[in-house]
Formats: sequence, C-alpha cells, structure tokens
Amino acid sequence: MLCALQGVYDPTVVALTSAFFIGFAGIPGLFISKPGFGQLLATVITIAASLSGFAAALVLLFSQNTTTFAVNWGLPFGPCEISIDPLSAFFLIPVYLVAASGSLFALGYWPAREHPSTEKSLTFFYGILAASMAVLLTARNGVFFLMFWEVMAISAYFLVVTEQSREDVRKAGTVYLIATHTGSAALYALFSLLSAESGSLTFPVAGSLLPYTPAATAILLTAFVGFGAKAGIMPLHTWLPQAHANAPSHVSAIMSGVMLKMGLYGIFRTLTFFHDPPIIWGVVLTVAGILSALFGILFALAQKDLKRLLACSSIENIGIITTSLGVAMLGISSNNRTLAYLGMAGALLHILNHSFFKPLLFFGSGVIIHATGSRDMNLMGGLAKNMPRAALLFLIGSVSICGIPPLNGFVSEFLIYSGFFSQIQASTLVYLVLLAPLLALVGGMALIAFTKLYSSIFLGTPRSYFSTAVHEPGFTMLLPMAFFALLCVLIGLLPYQALRFVNPAINVFMPGTAIPFNPDGYGDVLGKISLTGLSLVALAAVVTLFWRWRMQRAGSTTGSTWGCGYQRGSSRMQYGATSFSELPVSVFNGIVRQDIKRPVLSGLFPGKSLCSDAPTETFLERVIAPLFSLAGVSFAFLRRLQHGRMHVYMIYIFATLFILMLWAH
Amino acid sequence: MITIADQLLVLVLLINFVVLGTSRLIFSIRAVAVQGVILGVLPALIHPFSWHLVGIISMILVTKGVVIPMMLSRAMRSAEIKREAEPYLGYVPTLLLGAVFTALSFGFAGKLPMLAEHQNYIFVPASMATLMAGFLILTTRRKAISQVIGYLVLENGIFIFGLLLADAMPIMVEAGALLDLLVGTFVMGIVINYISREFASLDTSRLTSLKEE
Repeated sequence: MLCALQGVYDPTVVALTSAFFIGFAGIPGLFISKPGFGQLLATVITIAASLSGFAAALVLLFSQNTTTFAVNWGLPFGPCEISIDPLSAFFLIPVYLVAASGSLFALGYWPAREHPSTEKSLTFFYGILAASMAVLLTARNGVFFLMFWEVMAISAYFLVVTEQSREDVRKAGTVYLIATHTGSAALYALFSLLSAESGSLTFPVAGSLLPYTPAATAILLTAFVGFGAKAGIMPLHTWLPQAHANAPSHVSAIMSGVMLKMGLYGIFRTLTFFHDPPIIWGVVLTVAGILSALFGILFALAQKDLKRLLACSSIENIGIITTSLGVAMLGISSNNRTLAYLGMAGALLHILNHSFFKPLLFFGSGVIIHATGSRDMNLMGGLAKNMPRAALLFLIGSVSICGIPPLNGFVSEFLIYSGFFSQIQASTLVYLVLLAPLLALVGGMALIAFTKLYSSIFLGTPRSYFSTAVHEPGFTMLLPMAFFALLCVLIGLLPYQALRFVNPAINVFMPGTAIPFNPDGYGDVLGKISLTGLSLVALAAVVTLFWRWRMQRAGSTTGSTWGCGYQRGSSRMQYGATSFSELPVSVFNGIVRQDIKRPVLSGLFPGKSLCSDAPTETFLERVIAPLFSLAGVSFAFLRRLQHGRMHVYMIYIFATLFILMLWAH
Repeated sequence: MITIADQLLVLVLLINFVVLGTSRLIFSIRAVAVQGVILGVLPALIHPFSWHLVGIISMILVTKGVVIPMMLSRAMRSAEIKREAEPYLGYVPTLLLGAVFTALSFGFAGKLPMLAEHQNYIFVPASMATLMAGFLILTTRRKAISQVIGYLVLENGIFIFGLLLADAMPIMVEAGALLDLLVGTFVMGIVINYISREFASLDTSRLTSLKEE
C-alpha cells in the first residue's frame, strides 16, 4: 500500500494535506449546535488524516530523495520552500500518532455533553495545534517557520486556559504566554542573524555555515534560548509544570509528547546548518542537559500533584535527550563516528520513546482525574482494584519512563550509557564516563518518583471517599493508552528494529557517508537486549501463571491492603505520597523542598489537626520572580505613559509622526 | 484645470481653520461635510473620465456629504450638547498652531522627492496640513463628537494624498477606505452613546477612570 501511495501521490503533499485536514477538523463542530456530533466528526477526520499523514511520514523517512516545493506566497521574504527530509519526517511521526490518539481520548475525557461551553474551542484549537506543528516541521523559510511557530504557541495557550474560570489556570496561561514569547523573541533574532549570515531567509543548506565566527555563536545562543524555552531545558522551564498541570489531559499529552519536541527539532535543525562544530557546543549542550535531567526529576519527586509530577519528569527527559545530543555533537566535533552515532541514536530514540510513554502517562492521569476529580496524589489510593486495566497500562508507562527493561525507555538510555562508556579507553573525552553516575542518579530518582506516583494512586487503600467509587474508563480512553503501551513494549522488545526508524534522521547530520548501522558491535548488543527482554517477559508470564495456579488451589481471604491480618487498619496509616518522598527530597533541601506544615500536637490525645504541604518552585521564586519584580520597579516610570487621557495618546502618535518626518530630512 | 484644483485645495485648508476655530459643534460638522464634498469633486477635475471615477465620486459624496453628517448631528442631538465648552487648549492657540503646522507641511513637502507630474500641485502639502489639523482637533478637544470630527478631518487629509494615486488605486481599496470610515464613525457613534449613558456627559477626560491601577 505504501508503494502504491508513493507512486500516485507525492508523500510530501499527502503529509501536508493531512495536516490541513487535522487543522480544520474542529471547524464543522463550531457550527453544529447539537453537542457531540462535531466532536465525533473532528475525531474521525483527525484519525483518518493522521493515518495517511503517518504513512506519508514513514515513506519520507525511508525515501532517498527529498522533494522541495517552492510556494509563491507573494510576501517579501524570499521563496517559501517546503520540504520534508528524514529529520522532519522523523519528528512528524509523533505529531500524527499523538494527535490521533489524543483526539480519540478526548471523546471519553472531555465529552461535549458534559462540557458544552468549552468543548468546541478545545476541539478547534487542538486541531490547529497539531496541524501547525506538522506544517512548521516542513518549513524551510524562517518567516514561514515563525508564522506556524506562533500559531502553535498561541493555540497551545488557548488550550491551556480551557478552564479559564479558574484563577490558577489563568495564571498558568499567562506565565506560559510570557515564556513562549520570550522564546519567540530569541527566534526572531535567530532568523535575522541566519539571514544575515546566509543571505536569505531560506534555511541554509546542511553543513554550509562556518562555525567559528561570532555570528555563529550568536546564532547558536539565540537558538538555544528560543528553542530551549519551548523544549523546557532547565533555566527556561518555568512555564512548563503549571501549563501542563492545568491543561486538559489530552492537551498535556500532545504538549509534552510533541510540542516540547518542536523545541528540540529547532535545536537539531540549527545544528545541521554548520559543519565541523566546535567542541564547546557539545559541552554546553551536555552540561545543560544533565543539569536539566537532574533538577527536573528532583522537582518531580517533590510534587504532590500528579500532573505536575509528570510535567517535571518531561523536563528530566528533555534533559536526557539534550545530554545525548551534546554527546553526539562531541562525537561529531572530534570526528568520532561511534560516539556521534550512539549519542544521536540515543537522543532520537529517546525522543520517540518519550513521545510514546509520556502521552500514555498523561492519558492515564486523565483517566484518574476523570474518575476522582482531583490531581492530589495524597487523596488517592487503591484505584487499581476498581480500574485494573488502566492501572496495568499506567504501570507499563511508569516502568518505561524509569528505563527498566524490557521496555523502551531502557533501550534509549542504554544507547546513551554506551556513548558515555565508549570513550573510556580512548585518549580523548574520557571524562564522558563521569556523566554515567549522574545519569544513574537521575534514573534512580525517576524510579522513586514513579514508584511514589504509581503506588500512592493505585495501590494501598483509598485515602478519601471519592477514590472508592471509581470505575474502569471507557473504550475511547483505554484504546489510546493501550496503543502507546503496545508501542512501548514493541520498541523495548525489538530495539534493533526501532533503530531503523532513527538511522535515516541521523544521516542528515552526517551526510555523505554510509551510516555505521552496527558501529563496534553495538547492534549485536541490542540484539541481546531483545533476547533478554523476551526472556524477562516469558519469566513474568510463567511467574504470573504459577501464582494464579497457586491462588486457585489455596483459596484466599480478603482484607485491606497492608492490613496484615489486622482488620481495623485505617487508610491514614499508610504512607502518603508526600511522606513517601519526604526522605529523598530532604537530601536536596537547598534546591527544592516539600514545605510540610506540621500541626503542633499537645497532650496525650491530641485533637483533630491538619497537615499540609506545598512543593516550592525554587527557581521561579528565587530567580525569575525577583527579576520580574525588579523589571516592574525599574520600568514603573513607563506606567505614567498609560494614564487614560485619550488626547494625550493622540499626541503620542502625532509626536511619533512628527519625529519621523523630521528624521526623513 | 490645475488651478481650479489648487483653489479648491486652498478652500479645504481654510475649512481646516474653520473647524479649528469654532466652538459650535453643528458648524464644525457642516464644515467637515463641505470639505468632504469638495474633496469628492476634486478627482473629477484632475483625472480623465471613467466609470470607476464616477463610482468613487458618487460614493464619496453620499457618504461624506450626507450619511456621516446626519449620523453626527443625530448623535449630537441625542446627547444634548451644542458646544465644545472647555477644550484643553484655547481656540486662538489652536488656530496659531494650525497655522504653524500648515507652514511646516508646505516646507516639508517642498523637500520630498516627488514625480515630476505631481510637483506643481499643492496636493501633498494640503494633505499633510489637513492631517495635522485633524490631529490637533483630536488632541485638543474634550468632547467625543469633536474627536469624531477630528478623525474625519484626519481621514480627509489621507484622502487628498490618495487622490494622487486614484488611477492606480483599484476600486476595492477606495471602497474599503470608505467603508472603514463609515464603520469608524458608526462605532464612534455607539461609543458616544455609551459614554454619555455611563458618565452622564460626553467628556472623554472621564475615561481616565477606566485606567488600570
């Protein structure tokens, strides 16, 4: 079927047409007053368009030649070129997959019947967001790229503030808007610099720019700030937890799973413009990445809001990807093809993986919020008894994100570790091996964070009344989760096959030479991972069957979890989410705190008292907020210009005009 | 022909001073209407006959000569005001400023690099002087209706500039500009009604209470 498709239509056109349909899928619904039908129609259109777009992206990923279209758009910014090379095609895969499954998920999670006032705009902007991301991946002109970048940023804003009647949602939206436009400002500078360097606003050919000029450094810096703010690399991440936590869950899924990757795509794309990058670029990316990963997971650990935890873990994963990209750049700089391959493969595969397990987890969080109406993990517990299927799928996501075999997170992290260790016997870059314990620390803390997440939500006994009455989610919500869980398992079990999707995109960075598909035998190791994974699955199956068999023979009694025979246990005796992470978080007291407010107890039988905790946002509170209030104070004089007197406003315009006329002479 | 056009433009400039110097609103409205009519006739004098031109002229005459003045005087009657009582700047200083700006615009236009066929007209200086007069009215008057009048004078100034291009300008642009003006006046009319209902006066200086604290 794929070949037939290629013969008849150009896949680039197919991909763009799909994006067009996804973008306008929400429009019919705006004019249908009866709730429900428009949403259903949008979902059907989105899924159908995504399937064709996905097929086109696959064809483009593996095709040898790239078609470039020059659109005559009548704007004075040079020709508007559109093309999809393997790198763009690679990033297109998650766009279509997550857009389609999120759209299906929305049917159950945000049904029009229950949310008649917000569903229409939500469906509309969801399509616009997905389509704008697909189009910006195809853009080869700076202005065209920026246009769709803005469409993406603004539509995401409207999605974040879907529940705009809530104060915290509006605040999160504002923070996001400020952060995204700070990034956009850097991107305007980036594309101006690029056009000054290459002579036109069309993207320069890969490897055509010199890296050792001051302009190149400026280009890289602006790209890092602009794209890094979107991706959520550490000093620029402040918008991310609030925005992800307050958006509807399928929106969080597409924002975390796909929109953050657009920032990474920007960094990847900018790096392709240069040949022979200096070693310092790799060092900066690696250091920023590993710090992001470390602090991101640390913040995740301290959260009690389940979606905030997931959002902070996105920062961690973006950090891991950036580290790996930095390692790859070190490899390219030092002409070490093995290192470059391992770093690049690790980064790209982790991008793919993260865009599978993070939407899975955010969908899971949507299921939980839909069932309980809360995001506070301290109030949940025991949900696995009532929704075993959702619990199993959520568990698969959690295990994947922690990088535990036999699931996909392990494969990409394995490649990254291999990169660190590959230079241990070389004369240069030996220090890379020091990154391994840091990444291991990140992995360990991720394990604690996701154990906290899973166990406080799904295990134990219910901690509040609403956790007791939950039920299994419907088919539309389970199917998207199952789809991503299946992808996680497949990549985990067949890592060698997964690498085939990554290799064409790596070629964009190292053009001219054949890819070392199996550098230094690492491919064979991946084959062994596959074997280990399969045997792990088999072992788990055997143990489960044996356990079932034993349970059937033995007969069982039921009691409350952790009751241990004592039937008067109360749910408040178990570890809560906050208390679970109290010790590991306290180690990093200076950086992040859970800020637990304990009641003062007195007497032998103290009365009822409350204990609360609120995780601190150190960076936002200590650095960004003071900076903003400083700016507010130092620019207070400008507020005098805004006084409400209309005629003086006219004088401003008049004065500007007058000065311009004088200046013309 | 050129001399007639130039003399009409001088008339337009004089009307600017009339509007700048009078405190009676109904008189300003009529003066601006006359200005609009004169400007409507002008294209007929400088461009050869074409149906496109006829279309433009009739639209301008109807809009600027009839519809907008009617809307404004109705707004004035419903708001029950006759005079601009206390402008921010007195009438004599405004007139003097208007004279200064007119002189300046003649000086400025003399230095602009223009096409040879436009050089003998006083289109560009008249356009700029009218524009500035509009700005002066906008900035010195307090009542919302005066603001609308200022806006109209400002638009007339822009229109004079556009006259130079009437051949090159497609009818859609003209129609768009006229529609813009009509809608602008319409919105202003609504705003005026709301201001007078909300603040029991048409004084735009009361709008400072809408300022963000």
